[in-house]
Amino acid sequence: MERLLEIKDLKIEFDTFEGVSHVLEGINLTLGRGDTLGLVGETGCGKSITAKAILRLLPIPPARIVSGEILFEGGDLLKKSEEEMKKIRGRRIAMVFQDPMTFLNPLFTIEEQLVDVILAHERGDGPGVQGERLDRKRAVEKAIELLSEVKIPQPEMRIKSYPHEFSGGMRQRVLIAMALSSSPQILIADEPTTALDVTIQAQILHLIRHLVQTHGHSVLLVSHDLGVVARVCKRIAVMYAGIIVESCSTAQLFRRPYHPYTKGLLNSILTFSKREGEAQVIKGMIPDLIQPPPGCRFHPRCLEAMGVCEKEEPHFQEIEEGHWVSCHLYKSPSSPLGFESYRLF
Amino acid sequence: MNSTNPTNPINSTWTRWKRERESQIRSLKLTVYTLSRSPLSVIGFCFVLVFLVIALIGPWIITYPGDIKGAIHMDQKLRPPSPSHPFGTDEVGRDIYSRVIIGTGLSLQIGLIIIFVAMGIGVPLGIIAGYFGGWVNEFIMRITDIFLSIPGLLLALAIVGALGPGIKNAMLALSIVWWPGYVRLVQGKTLSLREESFVEAAKSIGASKLRIVFNHILPNCTSPIIVKASMDMGMAILFAANLGFIGVGAQPPIPEWGAMISTGRNYLPDHWWMATFPGLAILITVLGFNLLGDGLRDVLDPQSRI
Amino acid sequence: MIARLLELKNLKKYFPLKRGIFKGGNGYVRAVDGISFFIKEGNSFGLVGESGSGKTTVARTILRLIEPTEGEILWGGKDICKFSESEMQELRKNMQMIFQDPHSSLNPRKTAFKSVAEPLTIHEGMRGRKLREGVEELLEIVGLKREHMFRYPHELSGGQKQRVGIARALSLHPKLLILDEPTSALDVSVQAQMLNFLESLQKKMSLTYLFISHNLAVIRYACDTVAVMYLGRIIEMGETECIFSSPRHPYTKALVSAVPLPQAEQPDKIVLLEGDIPSATHIPSGCRFHTRCPEKIGAICEEDEPTTRYFSDGSQVDCHLYQEQS
Repeated sequence: MERLLEIKDLKIEFDTFEGVSHVLEGINLTLGRGDTLGLVGETGCGKSITAKAILRLLPIPPARIVSGEILFEGGDLLKKSEEEMKKIRGRRIAMVFQDPMTFLNPLFTIEEQLVDVILAHERGDGPGVQGERLDRKRAVEKAIELLSEVKIPQPEMRIKSYPHEFSGGMRQRVLIAMALSSSPQILIADEPTTALDVTIQAQILHLIRHLVQTHGHSVLLVSHDLGVVARVCKRIAVMYAGIIVESCSTAQLFRRPYHPYTKGLLNSILTFSKREGEAQVIKGMIPDLIQPPPGCRFHPRCLEAMGVCEKEEPHFQEIEEGHWVSCHLYKSPSSPLGFESYRLF
Repeated sequence: MNSTNPTNPINSTWTRWKRERESQIRSLKLTVYTLSRSPLSVIGFCFVLVFLVIALIGPWIITYPGDIKGAIHMDQKLRPPSPSHPFGTDEVGRDIYSRVIIGTGLSLQIGLIIIFVAMGIGVPLGIIAGYFGGWVNEFIMRITDIFLSIPGLLLALAIVGALGPGIKNAMLALSIVWWPGYVRLVQGKTLSLREESFVEAAKSIGASKLRIVFNHILPNCTSPIIVKASMDMGMAILFAANLGFIGVGAQPPIPEWGAMISTGRNYLPDHWWMATFPGLAILITVLGFNLLGDGLRDVLDPQSRI
Repeated sequence: MIARLLELKNLKKYFPLKRGIFKGGNGYVRAVDGISFFIKEGNSFGLVGESGSGKTTVARTILRLIEPTEGEILWGGKDICKFSESEMQELRKNMQMIFQDPHSSLNPRKTAFKSVAEPLTIHEGMRGRKLREGVEELLEIVGLKREHMFRYPHELSGGQKQRVGIARALSLHPKLLILDEPTSALDVSVQAQMLNFLESLQKKMSLTYLFISHNLAVIRYACDTVAVMYLGRIIEMGETECIFSSPRHPYTKALVSAVPLPQAEQPDKIVLLEGDIPSATHIPSGCRFHTRCPEKIGAICEEDEPTTRYFSDGSQVDCHLYQEQS
């Protein structure tokens, strides 16, 4: 499968009042064409930061990219100029965020905002450039088309509404429509359904799956909810305290997780199934990223920790076909032979 | 149930007091750190500090105490700045340096009185309007609107015109001009606080309305009040100087900066020092409070905390 | 025969819509439109629903933080809607609430100590050493250490703040605890921990719980009985396991099927509802769910409100599909 996006060894720090926070400590991710990858983790693990870093949306300062590469279409996104990034954001890589209301201007109709985006992409300019009459008519038609693609009923009429006249689920659909207006290669969705009701969430997740099947976009879905990610994504990467601890297919993750954190997480989350006894607890707390634990960041809470765990950071290795883990308990089957660390999924 | 061990240090009053203050000390450190990151705020803070220090130690650093009010030395009149008179002398020979220094303390008094009277009226009215709503709110806010609709200086002039010139009347007039701003600010903050969960929680544990107002709402209003007060200090001093300049505020021979500029105006440009030094004093003071107020706003606004 | 601690009879809460010069349409938001249920002492009762279901309004009305428009709220058989101010003050000791957002349910200017001490100061007039000991004991019960006592909310984690809220609610030894989304602000791995803790607390202090949540997994884990709300009415109610494993009402079925499951096998088809949840200002006629119902029968659903059908296992459902043949 073709590698579309590749994050290599990304390290990011944040300046805070109490010191320097090591929020990302060497992230490795690959996204192929048509891939659906779920990035999962709890608060503070760095998943949102990773998503934002791809589009260079992190405020620098206080953030600081220490090292690493984000390869996309042959270039390193981290080295591109702001001008070049503008051509990528929203066009080649689009992003949908958690709260749709803050991303829609309350003073303009949906039509105006969608047309704005469509025309901007077509002309290759930044947003805010008004097109000529002829282009505009075409753009409105395309906007209506997009709205019906995201299953908004009666799009020709609803397009004239203002954001506040839409419900949360509808707004999210509009944002997805905006994101897909330029047929991007990659759609990044950061907690897209967290603020939505359960039945509406089901609709949006179904929509995302449908769009992926129809158009072949690649999706990076960031969420704290393993259920959401399981429903949409074929592969999952689990993050903890700034590192990816495990990365594999959805089936592999739930059937045979390797990393102790993943196991602990799966045992501790509430699943909507008949209750069998008490859910288990991962002892301890999420570490302070200003002074992270030495060696493996999870070792203070790990039930299977060994001596080496507090001395050395484990490598991110492929221990099975398509199954990568960052843990001293496991050795890659071909590691002594100078095996290349990064491979296609 | 842990038994109270007499030698347990947590029960000592001193350690308890220290522990209770720990959080506040940490907060203070964070405030100072964030403030210090903005160079303009630091400048503002320094100006204000200089202002306060001079206001307090003024009487001890002046060279001609007699010149403050009454003395006349016609032989010394209109001398340019010199080692013995760093700011020169005025039209009756008084040392401008000493007068500007004392004027600092005077300005501080004026500013504080105006602000405190304005807060004393405005804050309670604002909380009552915001919390109780309904016609109480309408009544208070409409009256406030009336006062706010008249430009401040004009209103102050009108009041002073009715009462007669003088520093006391000027302060009264300016307090009346200032209190509506606090009502507005506090009413708005109270309205938003009223909907917060912790106010609901307080009701659910049986807190009386009075308790909620004093214990829950008022303490959470202090941040915007502090910001406004620090900006207002500078503006209140400026307005008082304006009234003094026009001639209805402090009357000569009181060494109020505005009054001094008013007199000095007539001697420009040859005897520039008479108007310039009091003017500079106003500039530095007002600028300092404005910058400090701006900085405080950025600090006390939680979004700026990382 | 276990006593009914709390009983609601046909509770209604309508919020008037402020109409301007142009009047038209229904002038009310019918947030709660005739709710009846009871909670037995020692039970854990769950109220489940999405936005606009009215579940949060029910909670606030029970505590009379909002005044009900109609209906009865019976506490030990007495209707508390008729209580005077002083009787309510007494009652507050028996009924407490844990609020949804721990970040805003604590006064940011009060230390944990002061927040927990407040009810004791108001009702029992405690002060000095007795007060301190009381607060320490409460904080210990909820698992907080001494060092947390004098911290401000912004220095505590979400879970710790939640515990402070619980300590505050427990200070007056209530019989009923209403928990409004107790875990929604917590990390996923910590949610179960909180629920386990609440369960042990319930046994230790003989508490009765009313859970309010949109999270079905939480309700299924923690509650014996569940009532599903939609647009102000209870459309299905019964023992949690029965309702969730074999739901009857089409809405409940859609709700259950919509919950994303963290497992390898994903269902091929789930019940997807059409459109949005209607606004509570324009509640559909007849059965309020008919506009989105995948199992709609026909005109009867649009015109008549279904009556409640009771089953022998103690469950009930409001749906024309299950109407008793007359």
